[in-house]
Formats: sequence, C-alpha cells, structure tokens
Amino acid sequence: MTAGGANEVVVAGRDRYLSTVRELQSNGFELCADLCAVDYLGHMDRPLPEGAGRERFEVVVNLLSLSRARRVRVRVPVPESEATIPTLFDLYPGVEAMEREVYDLFGIVFIGHPDMTRILMPEDWEGHPLRKDYGIGRVPVQFKEAPGPR
Amino acid sequence: MTEPSDPRSDAESEPRPDSDLAAPITDQSEWEPHPGADHEPAGLVAETSEGTQEMTPRATTEPGELRREVGAVLRLPEGAAVDPEDIDVERGEDETMIINMGPQHPSTHGVLRLMLELDGETVLRTKPVIGYLHTGMEKTGEDLTYVQGATNVTRMDYLSPLHNELVYSLSVESLLGLEMPPRSDWIRMLLVELNRVSSHLMWMATNGMDLGSTSMMIYGFREREMVLAFFEKTTGLRMNHNFIRPGGTAADLPDGWEDDVTVICDTVVERTHEYDELLTGQPVFRQRTEGIGTISAEEALALSLTGPILRSTGVPWDLRRSMPYLRYDEVEFDVIVGTFGDNFDRYSIRLNEIRESVRIIRQIVEKMPAGDYRAQDKKVTPPPRGRIDESMEALIHHFKTFTEGFRVPEGETYVAIESPRGELGCYLVSDGSSKPYRMHIRGPSFVNLQGLPVMMRGGLVADAVAVCSSVDPVMGEVDR
Repeated sequence: MTAGGANEVVVAGRDRYLSTVRELQSNGFELCADLCAVDYLGHMDRPLPEGAGRERFEVVVNLLSLSRARRVRVRVPVPESEATIPTLFDLYPGVEAMEREVYDLFGIVFIGHPDMTRILMPEDWEGHPLRKDYGIGRVPVQFKEAPGPR
Repeated sequence: MTEPSDPRSDAESEPRPDSDLAAPITDQSEWEPHPGADHEPAGLVAETSEGTQEMTPRATTEPGELRREVGAVLRLPEGAAVDPEDIDVERGEDETMIINMGPQHPSTHGVLRLMLELDGETVLRTKPVIGYLHTGMEKTGEDLTYVQGATNVTRMDYLSPLHNELVYSLSVESLLGLEMPPRSDWIRMLLVELNRVSSHLMWMATNGMDLGSTSMMIYGFREREMVLAFFEKTTGLRMNHNFIRPGGTAADLPDGWEDDVTVICDTVVERTHEYDELLTGQPVFRQRTEGIGTISAEEALALSLTGPILRSTGVPWDLRRSMPYLRYDEVEFDVIVGTFGDNFDRYSIRLNEIRESVRIIRQIVEKMPAGDYRAQDKKVTPPPRGRIDESMEALIHHFKTFTEGFRVPEGETYVAIESPRGELGCYLVSDGSSKPYRMHIRGPSFVNLQGLPVMMRGGLVADAVAVCSSVDPVMGEVDR
C-alpha cells in the first residue's frame, strides 16, 4: 500500500451541483475537505465522461466521509462567460475561506457567499493570478548582447 | 590626537555642537542655588515632585547628558497626561470596540492579523485576516517540473517540510502509477514521524512561550534541534530538505542512523516526562488552558477542521489510522483523542502524539527492510552517479531528467496525509507534460484558522493569544 489516490469522482453540471452535494452530505459525507478550482484554458481536450459540459473552469470539491472512510470528488464545469456557482456555505460552513480563495485567484463568484472578498491578494489587486492567461510576472533576463568588457 | 580636555576650562573656548539643542533650558536664573552652597558650583539643586534633585552646572554637563535632559522634558509623567474626564468623547455603555491584533504581533506565529470585536475584555467576534505571506506558490508550482516541484512545496509548511514533500510525491506517484519499493516507504515514514516530533516540539515551545513559560520555549527548541541535526545529517539541510521526491528519496539513510534515531527517541521520551512536571501538573498552566477555547465536534466537522483540533473534540479521526498510506497499517500506535475540545486537550494530544510518534519510530527501526530507496523506473529515477562516468546514455538520461523532467500521464488526483496540523492534501492535475497543469495544496492551517472565531467567542482577550497558539497555524502554509 502506498497511496490512496483513486477516489470516486462525480462530474455534475452547475444546475445539479447543490443537489448532488446535498445528497452526498445526507449519505454520510460529513466533512468538506477541500474546495479548489482549475482553469483548463490550455487543456480543453481533457478526458471527461459522456455528457459532461466542457467548460474553461472547473470547481473541484473533495468530500470526506469519516464514518465510511471514503472520499468523493465533485467536479463542476463553470463557463468563462458566466463564472458563477452557488455557494456551499449553507451545507458546509467550512468552505468560507476556500471559496474566497477560489474567487480571489480565479474570479469565480460564489452566489450567496456571506463575504465574497479577496482573501490572499490585496483588496485593490487587479486580475486573478491562477488563471492561465495571467502572466507569471517573471522579469526576463537578457544574456545576449550585454556590454562586454572594453 | 590630544587628550580630552576638562570641559570646565574649555567650555567657552570650544562651542558645543549641541548648543542650539540645549538653549531653551540653559537659563539658570530660575534655579535657586542651594542654600548652604557658598562654595563654587558643587551643582544645582532643584526641588521637584520627586524630591530634591541635584544637577551639575550646564557648562559642565556632557552633551549626551544634555540630550537626555531634553528628552526628559518631552516625556510627561503619567499623572500629568490627559485626564479622561477632559476629553469630550461620548462612549455608551453598550459600545463595542474593534482592535487589530497583528499582523506584527509576536503571538500570532507569523503575519496573521486578527480583528477582534471586544466588549470590555470579552471577545465577541474574531476575523482572521490573512494573505500577508502570499507568494503564489501554487502558480510557481505550475512553472516547475515534477522534479523541481518538491523544492517548492517544502517551503509551504516550514515546520513540517517533509510532510509537504511526501504528499506532493505521493500524488505524482499516484498519477504515474509507480510501485514503490518497501524501503522507500519505511524511510519516508521514519522521516515524517521524526518531523512530526520536531513540529510538535516546536509547538510545545511556542505555546509555552505564549502562556508565559519561557523555560518551555528553551526546552522545546533544544529537543527540536536534536531532530533537526539528524535531518541535517540525512538530507543535508535542517529545513526545506527536498529529500522526499517523486520516485523515492534523494538518498539512502546515513550509516549508523539507527543509533542516532534511538538516542533521539530515548531523549525525547525522557524529556516529555519533564514537560509533564513543568506544565501538565502545574495549576497556573491548567487554569489558563482548561475550558479555554472550546469547540464541539459538530462545529469542528462543519468548519472542516482536522488534526489535533478535531481529535480534541473526541472524534478519533487520524488519516494514518483511518485511511492508511505508506505502511502505517503495519505499525502499532494509538490515536490520541480529547474530550472537551479545549486548549488543554489540544496540548495533551500533541504531547502524547510525540510519544506515539516515538513508538512508531522505534518500530520502524526494527522493521526497516533492505533494498532500494527509490523506484527503479528508468523514466522517473535518474541513473546512479557511478553509471554517469562510464555510459554516455546514462549521462544524457541524467541530464534530461533534471532539465526536462519526466512526463506524467494525463489525469487528476487528490492525495491526503496526516500532517502535524491536520489533513494535508494535494490536488494535482496533469496534462501529460512534464510540469503540473495545476497543483493545489490543501493546507490544514488555512482551514483550521476558521475555527478561531468559534473558539474565541466569549473568551477573554488575554486568552486569545493562547487560543490562537493552540490552533498551531503556520502562515507559510496558510498563505502559500
């Protein structure tokens, strides 16, 4: 036994997001371990199950069942044109900081979240750094044509 | 260079550099000379509110002394400061006050800012404000190859760097589908458990400091240094090791590691008994921790809290036991659980987890198998150093591994391990290239900080320091 990376994955549309998570919660997934997002801008041809929407963003929720020692991962495609998704705050209050982090770094708005503000970046920051079209901010180093010794 | 002359004789011939500074109070006429002082200036005596005070004449006063006198004029005695009755500010009885604790406060364990709403000394609401240490490590991780990635993640939780490297390596290996040799698993377990001991010792030290036990701080750092010395011997560095890498570890354990580890185990266990005497049984310590910062199991689960905080509420959830990784199902240890979910429970859980970790380490020393310390997968593992001298292909292979890195099949995975602070997860997305498409670390401190408002509500502001410490946040991991 080395790692337990193989978890159950559910791909749910945005309209079925809340009901899916609610059903999982009532099925014993007491703890929302993690909530993050992925920007698939440069990897749109990723493998997806049949019928799942192929959108730029994906919100990924990791739920954990303590009673059954199981994990399930819910992947929700979120379109770029309307980057919004309902909040899970009413089901799992612990997602408060995680949803703020996703909003801060990806610009995905969680509707119904009590405090949809930036959490890691400064309040007046422009842009959402973890998006793939956001530059890495590296200063290019010019090795050629440097003035040589005279 | 001449001898420093007597200022009395040269006072007029050499103008003092600070004569402007001293000007306002050089007027000696307002000082009454001492009644019995007929002889030439023994000094000036002034009747002050603190009794008779003697001053040497202005001309004989050293420049440094003069500056201090001027400064003293600027400082008012406390009683002469502002009378609260004179200030024309209305303050109602039911008014609350919002103060900021941090981000520079020494007890916030880094750059954490706590906004506290106070009613008198009682904390009503707390809001942790974070982000002061945000360096975009997840973004950086997307620009580093899988080989380089471990150097990045190890800097997140700087008190348990090996856990970060482990969770990252496990997630990469789960995408690769690598079969790991047993010795590599056991080496990793040994290092990770030692790291848990050092992290908890560090927590014991800082928590003791926050509660006013400076000796505990010295002791905790002293014992931690033993573990770090072993890390330095093994990995070359005290912290930020980059030792656990995708595909195994960077090197085998050094010769004689069993003796070093046994000495560490014996000493640490011995010292935990001393901590018991110093803190556990001490009435002052117990009064400051028992019943302070309580949280219930329902609240902890709802807020996604994990680690010692969740266990302090009585939930026996430890990933090493419940969802074993590495070879944790082959060693014996107890999951320490509290009852009341208060500061004291969290303290005793961490103290006893040190002992349980030592128990695991002793079993590892016995059971350590022989064999490879890294997977013999030619795609992932660079050729051994000796081969490079004799084989051109090995040299090219080695060069390619460290410049281009290896490719990881498309897919996504989430792997979680039990770090000293709770569930440390790594969500990894690969697009088939040699760099992670997305690397997300679920930092336990980041989530656990959300428990602070619940734990602090209704407590005293003096206990806020103790509660914050009992969460054990590491800001490097919170902000990433």
